[in-house]
Amino acid sequence: MSNQETDKQEFNITVYTENQIGLLNRIAIIFTRRKINIDSLNTSPSEIESIHRFNIVITESEDVVRKLCRQIEKQVEVLKVYYHTNEDVIWQEMALYKVSTDVIAEKVSVERLLRENGARVVTLRKDYTVFETTGHREETDNLISILQPYGLIEFVRSARVAIIKDSEGFNSKLRDFERLEPGEDVIENEYLNKGEKVFSM
Amino acid sequence: MEVAQETLTAPAAKEAVELSGSQALLDALIIEGVDTIFGYPGGAIMPIYDALYDYKEKLNHILVRHEQGGIHAGQGYARTSGKVGVVFATSGPGATNLVTGLADAQIDSTPLVCITGQVFAHLLGTDAFQETDVINITTPVTKWNYQVTDANEIPEVIAKAFYIAKSGRPGPVLIDITKNAQIQKFDYKGYTKCDHIRSYRPKPIVRPQYIKEAAELINSAKKPFIIWGQGVILGSAEQEFKTFVEKSGIPAAWTILGAGAIPTDHPQNVGMLGMHGNYGPNVLTNECDVLIAIGMRFDDRVTGRLDKYAKQAKVIHLDIDPAEIDKNVKSTVPVWGDCKETLPLLTALVEQKEHTDWLKLFNEYTQKEYDAVIHEELNPSTAEMTMGEVIKQLNQLTKGDAVIVTDVGQHQMVACRYANLNKSRSNVTSGGLGTMGFALPAAIGAKFGAQQRDVIAIIGDGGFQMTLQELGTIMQTGVEVKIIILNNRFLGMVRQWQELFNERRYSFVDIQSPDFVAVAAAYGIKGKMIDDRKDLQAALKEMMEHKGSFLLEVMVTKENNVFPMVPQGCSVSEIRLK
Repeated sequence: MSNQETDKQEFNITVYTENQIGLLNRIAIIFTRRKINIDSLNTSPSEIESIHRFNIVITESEDVVRKLCRQIEKQVEVLKVYYHTNEDVIWQEMALYKVSTDVIAEKVSVERLLRENGARVVTLRKDYTVFETTGHREETDNLISILQPYGLIEFVRSARVAIIKDSEGFNSKLRDFERLEPGEDVIENEYLNKGEKVFSM
Repeated sequence: MEVAQETLTAPAAKEAVELSGSQALLDALIIEGVDTIFGYPGGAIMPIYDALYDYKEKLNHILVRHEQGGIHAGQGYARTSGKVGVVFATSGPGATNLVTGLADAQIDSTPLVCITGQVFAHLLGTDAFQETDVINITTPVTKWNYQVTDANEIPEVIAKAFYIAKSGRPGPVLIDITKNAQIQKFDYKGYTKCDHIRSYRPKPIVRPQYIKEAAELINSAKKPFIIWGQGVILGSAEQEFKTFVEKSGIPAAWTILGAGAIPTDHPQNVGMLGMHGNYGPNVLTNECDVLIAIGMRFDDRVTGRLDKYAKQAKVIHLDIDPAEIDKNVKSTVPVWGDCKETLPLLTALVEQKEHTDWLKLFNEYTQKEYDAVIHEELNPSTAEMTMGEVIKQLNQLTKGDAVIVTDVGQHQMVACRYANLNKSRSNVTSGGLGTMGFALPAAIGAKFGAQQRDVIAIIGDGGFQMTLQELGTIMQTGVEVKIIILNNRFLGMVRQWQELFNERRYSFVDIQSPDFVAVAAAYGIKGKMIDDRKDLQAALKEMMEHKGSFLLEVMVTKENNVFPMVPQGCSVSEIRLK
């Protein structure tokens, strides 16, 4: 058991699916029935029309993740499932921070704040300002701790999105899934025996 | 109406016809080759039943007494016929009553299409009368489900439902149709059967290099051992399997759902695996050097303790479902694919052999088991009858040709251990879910699925009382089912565990039963009760020769145990003979 615990690490599961009502539930059940917590879940349309892409992050051993992926891939509307460790993906989370414009203008060197945290201003209004940062958890957490003393009004962070380093994407794989409709048989030399009737100039 | 019906049942009408959703549904069923539907009407499915009134000649609807009975009948039908079982139920309680059967069909890979009525689409989510969220309730127990809210969806969705239910690893599909979609008229442009879904791969691609590796392992093995499951039957690969077994000369044992794929008396059939399986195959699983698992999923009732299961063996696992490979037992060579396709490829590469000494070892264990358990079970020295001797006498009458439907418990284990099965699709039982109350309705369905065969339901006194209302279905349809109740006045299997593992603390297993023969008589079914061995043979003969259904209650010894047994949490080689 202890061995299994130490084997656990974050895995990024990428699922390509049809856009189908209820499928999120079908996929979620695969985790919940095994009492596995989903750390992060993002779902959005992919680059391919009508196909959606899920990014799911869980902390588990590779053996468990492999079995889960096979169960997910078994679902009728799931096209393909991949899993990767954090080293194998480039990943980002986006965070938004809302603070009082007055306080910020008065007490903080905004320029330094933005530069040091790689943040940008999304909205600047008389009553409040919204900042945005993108990065790993520590990076987005950092700005929270800086803004908290100045009265952080609201904070939100997105789920993780991840791009697989060693992958050609799904475009080529999709062609395997689309049935290759056989073209009409080419009738060779159909007109040859009709001679001049066809080929007369 | 009569005229319209003729045109709408023509496959793929090119000209659009105006039909209701209900008519399109029934039309689809006819084109899919459905002849029998098990169901129970109600408010939310009334438009479909109204349309069914005009289809009475083409679709035989069996009115069951409870939706659970309906779905178990659908399972029985599917298991004996090899076709898709079709079940109708209304919304709310009708649909929730299907859940047990769906779970049973899901775990036993039984192809079903269940149609449930649903409240009007505009009422969804309002806690309307008899509304339940059927899609979410049934998601974990279906291979696929879908809610139809517009009649235009019906032809395509039903086509997908049948394709998904029967292709690849089969399973139950549920289609929930709102009442407005059943009533709605739409331009019906004909029905096209589905044979492809972009995201669905029913059969994995066969990889020749694994077949080659598997054959090399088999050819170099000294003590190879085949274990097979229902995949052989579901894939209609009985002949391919037999050829493989006979050419390779390897002893073969079966899981409970694999029973009958090759005849019981085949010389290489060495018996049943698992908790109450035979002694030899269980012990020798931990002695073989190559274990060839075909269409089976290493259920915990088969493997016992996984960390002590066949650790010495190289494992070759043939399965159509990639998720089964390495799920419980790590395989050395995975052979993904439909065994109807993979087995002939394997057979071609396997050397013709006879593993005489190794097979002899199984026979020695069989003899040991016979002396310790089987002889006494089949030829008891006590005055009271045993379950085993009933099955033995029955074998003599059926000659192994009957369909045996069993419920769940001691009688199930005894029947599966001792019943002779000559033909495939002869064993209908609830394997994975262990559903008490399964056998009576499943036997009704099994008879509709195999009308030329004798169907014998073997049921315990506990399980029978879970669904005995289906005697009403027998009464009304006149279906011929032979029912044997093996009555030990206990919930026998629980009692056995309490005796062995809970110091005989018989907590709520002493069950009283009504006069079953009188109950049957109330439904117009002939019956008989016997409690003396001298009446057994004649009573069984009377039952089999009787035209129509018959209930035979046999009073058997109260505290008899099913042995051998692999106690839970033990290794298969720790199987107990006593």
